[in-house]
Amino acid sequence: MNALSRYAVRGMAIAAAAVLWTGAASAQISGAGATFPYPLYAKWAEAYRAKTGIALNYQSIGSGGGIKQITSKTVDFGASDMPLKPDELAKAGLVQFPTVMGGVVPVVNIAGVKPGELKLTGKVLADIYLGKIKTWNDPAIASLNPGLKLPSQAIAVIHRSDGSGTTFIFADYLAKVSPEWGDKVGVNTSLQWPVGFGGKGNEGVAALTSRAGGAIGYVEYAYAKQNKMTHVLLANRAGDFVAPDSTSFQSAAANADWEKAPGYYLLLTDQPGKGSWPITGATFILMHANAEKPEIVKQVLQFFDWSYRHGDKLAEGLDYVPMPDKVVGLIEHTWKQIKDANGQPVWTGPVM
Amino acid sequence: MIHIDVNIAGWARRHNFLDALFRAGTAGFAIVVLLLLGAVLLALVRGAWPALAQFGAGFLVTEAWNPVKDRFGALAPIYGTLTTAAIAMLVGVPISFGIAVFLTETCPPWLKRPLGIAIELLAGIPSIIYGIWGLFIFAPFLQSTLQPFLIATHGELPWIGELFAGPPFGIGVLTAGLVLAIMVLPFITSIMRDVFETVPPMLRESAYGVGATTWEVVWNVVLPYTRAGVVGGVMLGLGRALGETMAVTFVIGNAHRISASVLAPGTTISATLANEFTEAIGELYISSLFALGLILFAITFIVLALARLMLARLKRQAGS
Repeated sequence: MNALSRYAVRGMAIAAAAVLWTGAASAQISGAGATFPYPLYAKWAEAYRAKTGIALNYQSIGSGGGIKQITSKTVDFGASDMPLKPDELAKAGLVQFPTVMGGVVPVVNIAGVKPGELKLTGKVLADIYLGKIKTWNDPAIASLNPGLKLPSQAIAVIHRSDGSGTTFIFADYLAKVSPEWGDKVGVNTSLQWPVGFGGKGNEGVAALTSRAGGAIGYVEYAYAKQNKMTHVLLANRAGDFVAPDSTSFQSAAANADWEKAPGYYLLLTDQPGKGSWPITGATFILMHANAEKPEIVKQVLQFFDWSYRHGDKLAEGLDYVPMPDKVVGLIEHTWKQIKDANGQPVWTGPVM
Repeated sequence: MIHIDVNIAGWARRHNFLDALFRAGTAGFAIVVLLLLGAVLLALVRGAWPALAQFGAGFLVTEAWNPVKDRFGALAPIYGTLTTAAIAMLVGVPISFGIAVFLTETCPPWLKRPLGIAIELLAGIPSIIYGIWGLFIFAPFLQSTLQPFLIATHGELPWIGELFAGPPFGIGVLTAGLVLAIMVLPFITSIMRDVFETVPPMLRESAYGVGATTWEVVWNVVLPYTRAGVVGGVMLGLGRALGETMAVTFVIGNAHRISASVLAPGTTISATLANEFTEAIGELYISSLFALGLILFAITFIVLALARLMLARLKRQAGS
């Protein structure tokens, strides 16, 4: 028995080594899509490569591009900030799962206003983006900020000129707090904006906001933080004014009921909870349910498995909110939907 | 003797063959250009077809650009493209003309070369640099100087007041037009200077000899002599202004709206393509972008055709 089990262990070790070795030989997995999680995927890829020798080639071309590329099978996985609806997933033969969560932050550039000083409600934010509130000293803004000296300056509304998951999350929030936004503008990765100026990418919005006096824009949180932009306090559903930080994102994310969301189609905007940041969202990975190259698909799944298990610190360092362990278990169960040509699940569990 | 004859015949045959090969080769290269042009046009039409079939001619006159409801129209980008190019020409052509006249007529010889080189260097600056400069330096400058001035002095006037209405934001259609004016300046200037220099000194000297002022010489002698070249230079500048992408994208504000005011944000065809192509989702959206590309192709073609037509007319007039 003893000798037998020793042989078994040795055999398994050889098999594992063989798996690792083939992994190292093919050496590369490729993905494309959302810009929002790009800094994190880059960090994860770097750490994973140091560990396993398998490199990830991720092109941050935007969520729309990610969906396009995975549909045309030019990459091993696509990434999108806008989740596809369950029927869209079924139609395209794709499997979807979330990786991390984060926040979208309204930022302003008003002379004399420091970060975290200006308070806004969702309704007022929507009215600014609808063009109904035109100046900073409008009574609707002034009544929320009794102590703050606001200029009579015109508001320069800044939005994304390219399609973006950030826009999708932002518009989804505005539609939830303002029925008029839902009717007139709607929710999508790109919109017909009633007013304002478009900037390309987070950096374009940041550049316009910091250049035009009296500007308001919205960027992904890590971007606002790294560039020390003037963020606002937003009223959440509980009526409290909260600042954007990992605590308030976690509070919003804690409400997420992933188990009851088919295809993980879940939007985390306007969540209940006293400390919840109202414009929170997750970012997603898309893969084909029919694995044409099971070996590579397996490597992709191993990469995300490793990232879920060992990448939380890296995620928190960049102000993303990692997925709770319970949800990770759920996600890895979902991976069983990805099958090879023989109808066998590609994912058989972690190797490390 | 015979031996030599044969040799010459062989040499001539080989020569003929090489010559034919050379001719076929160069013709082949020329045909490649035509094929490429045809392929580009075909790809554009094919890509644009779903949108054209869906919206028809209405595509050209619809202002809506709504990815949520899948309704697209090209009017706002067309309007922006033509307006910014018009502003660029309105500002750029007179300045270029002035510089060219200065360089060929009144410039002291020691300044001629450095100034000429400086203008050519201006043409060598990549357009993205103009964009960054426009956004970070020129736009804030306009926001605090020219724009408040225009609003204060013209904003209340009837008719043209509409053109200069609204708060000054720095970026917008006017800023894009002005940046384009600076960008086309070196092209128009250097062509104008070159053609002005082709005027025979005898003509010029005679005009000065009978007591004409510099302005009279330029207007009555130099310009009539070089009309075709000047028109060509202006058209080259116009072509560049119509197609310029990066610099415009930085400063125009990228808004799919038609505003009476030149201080408001707008968009151009090329800016729309640069902004939205990579992220467009849905067949109709992508197809509408292709249709925009096709329209830009058509506009540029029309401008070029008009330029040719004008040049031909000028030549006929000169001949008669």
